[in-house]
Amino acid sequence: MGWLDRERTIAPPGFNRWLVPPAALAVHLCIGQAYATSVYKTALVKHFDASLTEIGIIFSIAIVMLGLSAAVMGTWVDANGPRKAMFTSAMFWVSGFLIGSLGIFTNQLWLVYLGYGFVGGIGLGIGYISPVSTLIKWFPDRPGLATGMAIMGFGGGALIASPVSSALLRMYDPGSNGADWVASGDAVGKLFLTLGVVYLVYMLFGAFTIKVPAEGWRPAGFDPAKVKKAALVTMENVSARNAVKTKQFWLVWIALFCNVTAGIGILEQAAPMIQDFFRQSDGVSLVSAAVASGFVGLLSIGNMAGRFGWSATSDITGRKRIYMVYLGVGAVLYTVLALAGSSSTFLYVVLAFVIISFYGGGFATVPAYLRDLFGTFQVGAIHGRLLTAWSAAGVAGPLIVNAFLDAQGKPGQLTAASYQPALLTMVGLLVIGFLANLMVKPVDERFHEPRPGRARSHEPAMEA
Amino acid sequence: MSTAHTSEADTPVQASTGKLAVGWALVGVPLAYGIYQTLTRVAALFG
Repeated sequence: MGWLDRERTIAPPGFNRWLVPPAALAVHLCIGQAYATSVYKTALVKHFDASLTEIGIIFSIAIVMLGLSAAVMGTWVDANGPRKAMFTSAMFWVSGFLIGSLGIFTNQLWLVYLGYGFVGGIGLGIGYISPVSTLIKWFPDRPGLATGMAIMGFGGGALIASPVSSALLRMYDPGSNGADWVASGDAVGKLFLTLGVVYLVYMLFGAFTIKVPAEGWRPAGFDPAKVKKAALVTMENVSARNAVKTKQFWLVWIALFCNVTAGIGILEQAAPMIQDFFRQSDGVSLVSAAVASGFVGLLSIGNMAGRFGWSATSDITGRKRIYMVYLGVGAVLYTVLALAGSSSTFLYVVLAFVIISFYGGGFATVPAYLRDLFGTFQVGAIHGRLLTAWSAAGVAGPLIVNAFLDAQGKPGQLTAASYQPALLTMVGLLVIGFLANLMVKPVDERFHEPRPGRARSHEPAMEA
Repeated sequence: MSTAHTSEADTPVQASTGKLAVGWALVGVPLAYGIYQTLTRVAALFG
């Protein structure tokens, strides 16, 4: 399929680079659906007569496969270009929905694990990293803005998929008028089929719109020498194989892991947490379920806005400094939340909103951070390897929060004080991340790729 | 839009307003819808 090859995607002279962000967004908005699974979670529990945990495994498999496929396929994505990567991602993501729907129609949960979880998860990982290095190459003057736009789409995908899925489930289920209505399995199966078809169209639009810049292209007025002046920004290149041998890669890995773990701690528990924080002595919360749902919506907006806003800001402040804000200011805000969050709902909401915007900002800024440290050569593959921090945080975040909360009491009886041990643990994690980020320095030149006039006699060893 | 150039010569950016509008509308309209729907839910927080 030569029409998918990288050579076929080289932009002609005069190509408008602002066509590239919508192509990237088309993919990220589709795969962002992964965060809208709560819409049909209860329906699947009822349909399969399964526990919440058994249904939750579908999402867990998908996120683990995201990290693994991004790490394993990153080099392939860099070598084959964004069109082939987006096309492949579309095939996996859409096949995941189709196999998943078959599992629902035939009442076989393992098929949903295999389809949405395993196959779809591979599509998630490839899709997530597919446009990143291309965007960085098109926007060497504003890499944070460019990757922020795409990765914002991953947050935005859930905002679209949630209301659309709810509306489609009502349309597909004739019994949707009842007060305690839960969508039928048949309706969820049809929803999967519909989403599969729509996502196929959108992702193919992305794949066939995206182009890579010609060798040597640079935007008007862009002077690479000016970029060089920033202390951490290199004009050299480091391969993905060598990047993982550097201290800098692992320091950024720790910073991302700590930032994501702390964010997930709030996101996972968002709705019950705000109700528990304002639970009165009679056991009734001042915050209703509807208000808690509004709070979750606000956090989604904060997550998305942070991805774009903070990442774009990092082009001005530099990546290391903005990570100091995410982790340092984040630690302070988390402490205030733990100790004084229950004093006012306004304070609580503002603190949580800013913390979640830092969580999103961390995701969106990290590709540009990697580009600063390791150059553009295999930044997609390096980003893929770094996303294992996300998978690890996806396990660690909920584990920490749930373990502490289980020790404090039963759901419905928890109060603000019950959350203090978990939140203060997150503060400790953020401080560790802050220190790791503080230690980031330019990559040692022995890891730089050879170029004319500078040969390398042997492969560098792991940095001690 | 700005003018892009290769290392060899300046090349004006093609007038691709139509393509740009379609491309951004395809992603912008659903995103705006999603944000609007979410904000209506958020309204309960301040109601």
